[in-house]
Amino acid sequence: MKDISTSVLKIDNEEKSKGSALYVSDIKIPGMYYAKTVRSTIPKGKIKKITFPKLPENYTIVDYKDIPGPNIVKMIFDDQPIFAEENVTYYGEPILLVVGPEKIIIADLVKNINIEYVEETPEYGYVNSIINYNFVKGDAKSAFENADKVVQFDYVTGYQEQLYIEPQGMVVEVEGKKVILTGSIQCPYYVKNAVLQALNAEDSEVTVIQAVVGGAFGGKEEFPSLITTQLAVAAKKIGKPIKMIYEREEDMEVTTKRHPSKIHMEAAISKDNEILAFKSNVGIDAGANTGLSGVVLSRALIACSGAYTIDNLAVNGDVFITNTVPNGAYRGFGAPQMLFAVEMFINHIAKEINVDPLELRLKYLSKQGDSTSTQGTFRDPIIMKEMIEKGMEVSDYKRKKIEYAKKDVYKGIGMSFFLHGCGFTGSGESTHINALVKLRKDKDDKVHILIAAVDMGQGIRTTMMKIVSQVLNIPLEQTIYDLPNTDFVPDSGPTVASRTIMIVGGLVARAAQQLKEKWEVGVELIVSERYKHPEYIKWDEDNFVGDAYPAYSWGVNIVEVEVCPVTYQVSLQHVWSVYDVGKAIDERIVLGQADGGIMQGIGYGYLEVMNSKDGKIQQKNVTDYIIPTSVDSPPLDTYLMDNPYALGPYGAKGAGELTLVGGAPAVALAIEEAIGEKVFNIPVTPEYIMELIKNGNN
Amino acid sequence: MAIIKFKLNNKEVVMDENPNLRLLDVLREKFEFTGVKEGCGEGECGACAVLINNDIVNSCIIPLGNVNGKEIMTIEGFSVSKKYEIIKDAFADEGAVQCGFCTPGMIIASESLLNKNPHPTEEEIKTGLSGNLCRCTGYNSIVKAVKGAAKKGDGLW
Repeated sequence: MKDISTSVLKIDNEEKSKGSALYVSDIKIPGMYYAKTVRSTIPKGKIKKITFPKLPENYTIVDYKDIPGPNIVKMIFDDQPIFAEENVTYYGEPILLVVGPEKIIIADLVKNINIEYVEETPEYGYVNSIINYNFVKGDAKSAFENADKVVQFDYVTGYQEQLYIEPQGMVVEVEGKKVILTGSIQCPYYVKNAVLQALNAEDSEVTVIQAVVGGAFGGKEEFPSLITTQLAVAAKKIGKPIKMIYEREEDMEVTTKRHPSKIHMEAAISKDNEILAFKSNVGIDAGANTGLSGVVLSRALIACSGAYTIDNLAVNGDVFITNTVPNGAYRGFGAPQMLFAVEMFINHIAKEINVDPLELRLKYLSKQGDSTSTQGTFRDPIIMKEMIEKGMEVSDYKRKKIEYAKKDVYKGIGMSFFLHGCGFTGSGESTHINALVKLRKDKDDKVHILIAAVDMGQGIRTTMMKIVSQVLNIPLEQTIYDLPNTDFVPDSGPTVASRTIMIVGGLVARAAQQLKEKWEVGVELIVSERYKHPEYIKWDEDNFVGDAYPAYSWGVNIVEVEVCPVTYQVSLQHVWSVYDVGKAIDERIVLGQADGGIMQGIGYGYLEVMNSKDGKIQQKNVTDYIIPTSVDSPPLDTYLMDNPYALGPYGAKGAGELTLVGGAPAVALAIEEAIGEKVFNIPVTPEYIMELIKNGNN
Repeated sequence: MAIIKFKLNNKEVVMDENPNLRLLDVLREKFEFTGVKEGCGEGECGACAVLINNDIVNSCIIPLGNVNGKEIMTIEGFSVSKKYEIIKDAFADEGAVQCGFCTPGMIIASESLLNKNPHPTEEEIKTGLSGNLCRCTGYNSIVKAVKGAAKKGDGLW
């Protein structure tokens, strides 16, 4: 039998290449209506009066009064209205839908709806904390009291837009009492549960189907629940199929983004230059609703010591509500912000105490058996030393480091070390998700994979089929994995948090094993597996004590840059990455994830500027929100290390997010070296570089 | 309304249509071509790329009236050719197809590039594809695929 990592061709290459794969915008239903959202044009206030133009026949307004259930999008924190009622809390907040047969008439009606507001003073600062988490490890207080020196710096990270190339969209149909929703989504059951609550419907009255998804990166985790509930409410009222596809401007302005953050770091240093303790204070900007921000914050806080073991920690974090567009899930989920701060900080500490940064970092690098930031244990082998050596060797790191340290070279090489917890934080997998998977063998001995995991480009359909065919020792073609439809697939959880291969794939492998044992030619069989939390994994959610994740993936990124001494334009020269994802189920697919992830991470670090002014997102399209193009992308060399995880299928751990989270610090450190000034903010734009050089304080 | 004649995927077409319609909408809605996709609507992302008289053009910023008398090739028309087979296989071999939303446009851009320059260097490939955005792959696999296609299809372009 072949090694599972040996690549196979992805099953959806053909239809995607020739353009016959059906994305949500391609779906046509006879008699279909369209919908457009009317939004708040102020950041905060009360709606005084709405004046409507005369509506032609077949055109309808849908607003909060039409919602059969509560006016809340069901999420972890239930604080987001489906449609604004009296209050608006951000520019772009949805107030109502205009629905009808012709897009051009809808657009005209939308223009002629006049909303009068009583404006209130908006808050954009980090003032209104809605969630505070804090925890300690060891005794940071005494460590700081006994410190010879305290080093402290502040780090700031900006917005990042997912910029999936396919904008958000959804189509709804009505069949009797049932609504059927098909869309560009990551989490069919999040959507289903949100719609069930909004419509006050029975389980059998809502079906959610995944269309082919044109990229998501977290952007289609919770946001689609909002537009789906809106459309479901509209469809219930009007009784017609309705399609709503966002234009890019609308998508950029009003959908969730990566949380901007401000992170204060302090280190207690002994007189022998030992790091005694870290103190971190983290603020993330949630925008107008809490949404998933609490979970984003907790992932950030747990990453407060990065890939290092620091004995004493004092960690505090807040989610701040501001009158801006709500932020949400984006690949990495809080970790990119924190890991940027930690990686910069440990390098900055080294500079402050005059020790070699690499030496300092290697000294505190986590090892198997070490205590995690939350007093859990790194149980599995950590092979970071070997990975770092590999990365340094292939990138010629040492030589370049010496050469680029010279003044006026304007070249730099930066290296980041990082980890990413696989799966949901804490006990999430058992308490919130409790995944169920099924396999059905039909009479022709074809095996149907029945899970709610969404292929959004990461190749999960191919990967799961590979796992099943390998366990059962049958050809890939004998397995079937259709796009999930909630009428047929159980809730195996959302397609998020680097959990799909490790958790869902693990269950699928176990189910396949079960099927193998029961296999009878020509007989229909169904097997299922439900998630069982490893008993040794204990987590105290209130105090952040225990094993925050069942397993960790690890990585090293090395980025080489040149900075133009005249324009301060940064050009990427080469990127090297070494990852421990346990075991790659398909090497080519994982390498593809690696390339895409690192370019998003690096883009976050030096290129992608998004800001909000007076509560409005200033970048409206790809003309002003710049993501890397083929010309920006340097050679990306990736090395995958085998370090199988006992509970993952064939040893696999998470891979999707890991490949993003180290990009920003690696590129920022490279730029720091090239310009000879400490970098504290991302993205490191030419304007920021100019400011750093002008104010020069190393 | 105006009479507009053009060749679409090697077939003569005559339409009595509003010449201000976006070519993208005409292709998607009147001809039901799903391979021509709207990513940005501003001519920046390349998801809606088609060939007009063998030049790559973003169909979201072309009014229908402008194609009068011209030859349009979409991925639907191109995908029956030998050149397509070679490019498509090269994309598959390099793992250059992830979410797939940019893929037809990327393949059209590859065809346009190879038509003008059958043996492009890596830099030339990057420049040739720079009008097409991809958020999944980081472009390396796509660049390698075009290189591979140029080699395998040597003589075709």
